[in-house]
Amino acid sequence: MSRIVAAMSGGVDSSVAAAMVAGITPDGRPPETAEEVVGVWMRTHPFGGEGWEAKRSCCSPDAADDARRVAQILGIPFFVLNVEDAFGARVIDAFADAYLQGATPNPCQACNQYIKFDELLRRGLAAYGADQVATGHYARIDRIHGRWRLLRSLDANKDQTYFLWVLTQAQLAATRFPLGELSKPQVREIATQLGLPTAAKPESQEICFVPAGDYRALLEERRGYAGEPGPILDAQGATVGTHTGYAHYTVGQRHGLGVALGEAVYVREIRPASNTVVIGARDEIAQSQFMATDRRFVAGEPPAERFEARVRIRHRAPDVACSVTLQGADGLLVETAAPVWAPAPGQAAVLYDGDECLGGGRIAHRDAATAA
Amino acid sequence: MTIYLDHASTTPLGREAFEAMLPYLTEHWGNPSSIHGSGRRARQGLDEARETVAMLIGAKPREIVFTSGGTESDNLAISGVAWAASARGRHIITSAIEHKAVLQECALLERHGFEVTYLGVDDHGLVDPEAVAAAITDRTVLVSIMAANNEVGTIQPIAEIGSMCRARRVSFHVDAVQAAPFLPIDVNAWQVDLLSISAHKLHGPKGSGALFVRQGTPMVPLLQGGSQERQRRAGTENVAGVVGLAAAFAVTAEEPKRAAENARLTGLRDSLLEGVTAISGIVRTGHPDLRLPNCASVMIDGIEGGDLVAALDLEGIEASTGSACTTGSVEPSHVLLAMGIEPERARGSLRLTFGRENTEADVETTIEAVTRCVARLLAASAAPERAQAPAAMSGAPSV
Repeated sequence: MSRIVAAMSGGVDSSVAAAMVAGITPDGRPPETAEEVVGVWMRTHPFGGEGWEAKRSCCSPDAADDARRVAQILGIPFFVLNVEDAFGARVIDAFADAYLQGATPNPCQACNQYIKFDELLRRGLAAYGADQVATGHYARIDRIHGRWRLLRSLDANKDQTYFLWVLTQAQLAATRFPLGELSKPQVREIATQLGLPTAAKPESQEICFVPAGDYRALLEERRGYAGEPGPILDAQGATVGTHTGYAHYTVGQRHGLGVALGEAVYVREIRPASNTVVIGARDEIAQSQFMATDRRFVAGEPPAERFEARVRIRHRAPDVACSVTLQGADGLLVETAAPVWAPAPGQAAVLYDGDECLGGGRIAHRDAATAA
Repeated sequence: MTIYLDHASTTPLGREAFEAMLPYLTEHWGNPSSIHGSGRRARQGLDEARETVAMLIGAKPREIVFTSGGTESDNLAISGVAWAASARGRHIITSAIEHKAVLQECALLERHGFEVTYLGVDDHGLVDPEAVAAAITDRTVLVSIMAANNEVGTIQPIAEIGSMCRARRVSFHVDAVQAAPFLPIDVNAWQVDLLSISAHKLHGPKGSGALFVRQGTPMVPLLQGGSQERQRRAGTENVAGVVGLAAAFAVTAEEPKRAAENARLTGLRDSLLEGVTAISGIVRTGHPDLRLPNCASVMIDGIEGGDLVAALDLEGIEASTGSACTTGSVEPSHVLLAMGIEPERARGSLRLTFGRENTEADVETTIEAVTRCVARLLAASAAPERAQAPAAMSGAPSV
C-alpha cells in the first residue's frame, strides 16, 4: 500500500482533495484498499506580529487550525512541515527581486515550483515515507506513451495550469490532482456533506505573505528598497508625471499613477536602470510578439523548433493562437495571431495545445523583444 | 503497536491515580471551602493530598500550594516572590536553560524594571554553583534553577546552589517538574525555598501541580478572588486533580521500587544512546552521567528534528524534538544554543524519554527505526532539487 501526502492549506479545495485521495466520500469510509494519507500543512513564514494576527490567509495560524480540524474529521495523521527557509528565499525574496527588476512577480507559481512540488515532495516525502503528493489544484494529469501530461481542469473557470506549467516529468509522476474533474460548487458540496469546517470558507485572494496587500513595506523590509521618485514618461518620451519609485509599479497597472491625460493610461514599461516608468494608452500597450526566457516543457523537450500553440499571459486571461519559435539556449519568440494586452515581464507565457499544457517561459522585458 | 518514548512531554495516567481520583469526580463533588458535609468530604481529600505531597518532599503541609500545573507553579514562584520582595531589591538570577515558564516570566519582570541575570551553562548543560554565588548582589531577591532539564535531562548541583543562596539569604526556587519522577526530593537537604512539580509528568492528571513555598517566604498571589491555599492561590481547588497528583507522586516515589526502576530506565537509556550514536552524524546532547535516567537526547547533522519526529511517528514511535511543539517552529532550542551548539546543528534535535511501560524490545525497534528514517531523510536532503533539474532542450539555434 502506498502512502500519499495531502498538502492541506486549510482551504476547502485542499480539504476535499485530502478526503478524495483518502477515499472518503459522503457515502462512507474508505474500503480496505484505500491508500494511506498523511495531511501536511506547510508553515511558510513565522507567526506573530500584528499583520498575521488579524489575517485570514492560507498560511496563518487560523489556517493551520482549520487544516488540523479537517484532518481530524477525515481521520488522517496531520503534521506541520516547516518550509520557512525555502519559502523565504524562493518565494518571498524572489517576489521582492522581481519588483526590483521591473518585473511582475509570480509567487503562486514559485511556491508550486519550489515549495509544494519540490520542498514538500523531497523533504516531506522522505519524512513521511510517501510516494506521492496530492494538492487541491484544479488541473489534471494523465500519461500517454510513457509521458506524463498536464491538462487543464474540466472546469475551465478554475483551471490552475497557469501556475503549474513549470512541473517536470518527475514531479508529475509523483503528483495527484484529485479535483481536476470537479467544479468549485461540487467541491463545496462534498465538503458540506462531509461536514468539513472549511466548506464555506471564502476563496483566498491576496498574496499569503503580504498582509493587506501592501508589498511596498515588504520591499523595504526584505531588500531595503524605500523607493526614490522618478519620471513618468508617455510613449513619446515626454515627462508627464512623477512616480514614487519604479518598483512600486507593474506593467499593465492603471491605478495609482497620479497622471491625468484625459484618457485611461497604463504602465507600459518599467526601466529600473533609469528609475523610469513609461505609460501608454490602452492600445499602446498591446503587443503581438514578445520574447520569453527560462523556457520549460512539461514533456521535457519542445514539440518542434517552431510550432503552433495557444498562449496565456496571465491567470484567467483568454488564451490566443500563436506561433512559437525557440530562441537560443532558453528563449522563446511568441507571435500572436491577435495583439495581447500588456505582456508583463516576469509573468509566465504558458503554452497550450487544446487542453494540454505544453510548458512555457517567462515574459522578457520589452527591449529584449525588439532586439530579437 | 505504538512505542511511546515521550514521557518528558507527558505520561499516561497511572491506575492508582485514576482510582484515587474517581470518587472525587463522582460522589465527593463538594467545594472544599463549604461548611457543610459535602464540602467537608472534599476538604478531606484535599487535606490528605496536601499531607502526602508535603511528606514526599520533606515539607510541611501548609507549605504546599496546589496549582494548575508546572507552568503556574513556576510563574507563581518567580512573580510571587519578586513582587513581594521588590521593596528590598529587584534582581533575579536564573539560567539560560530554564523552561520557558521561568524565562518568559523573568522577561515579563524585566519589562517591569527588574534586572535578571541569565547564567550560562557548560557544554553538558551544567550550571556552575560558583557562578550563582558570584552573581548574587545585595539587591538579589530570587535565584531560580531547574533540578533537571526538560530537553537534555542534565541534573544540576541543586544542593550546592541551595547552600550558596542560603548563605546569602536569597530565596531559591527549583523547577523540579522533570526531576520529581526520578530524583528523591528533600527541600531541606537541598535548601530550597520554592519548588515546582507537575502531576502529569509522573503519571498523574494534566492541569494539576504544586508549588512548595517555605514558611516565611514572601509571596503575593497571581490569582485573586478567594482565600484558598492560604491566600496564595485563589479559586476553587481542582480536588480530583490534587488527589490524583498525590496518589501518582506517592507511587512514583516509593522506595526501593523507584531506585530499581531508575536502574532499569538507565539501562534502556544507555543502550538506546549507544545504538543511535553509532549511526554516523548522531551525537548525544547533555551530560554523559548527570542526566535523568529516562532521557536520551541526541542531535543529527543535516536534518530537521521535526521531520524525523514525523517520520518516526509513522513508523509507530512517538518521540519529540525536545520540547512539545505543534506549530512547526524551527527556532533552535534555547537549551542547545546555551550549551554552545551552532543553530544549524541544534535544529536536528531528537529526544527519546522512557517510562514504566517501555521494554528492551522497544530499544531495538527504535534503533532500527531511527537508522532507517535518518538514512531516508539524509538521502532526501542530499538529493538535487527536482525543480532545478534542467529542462531538456533539443539543440535549437536561434532563428
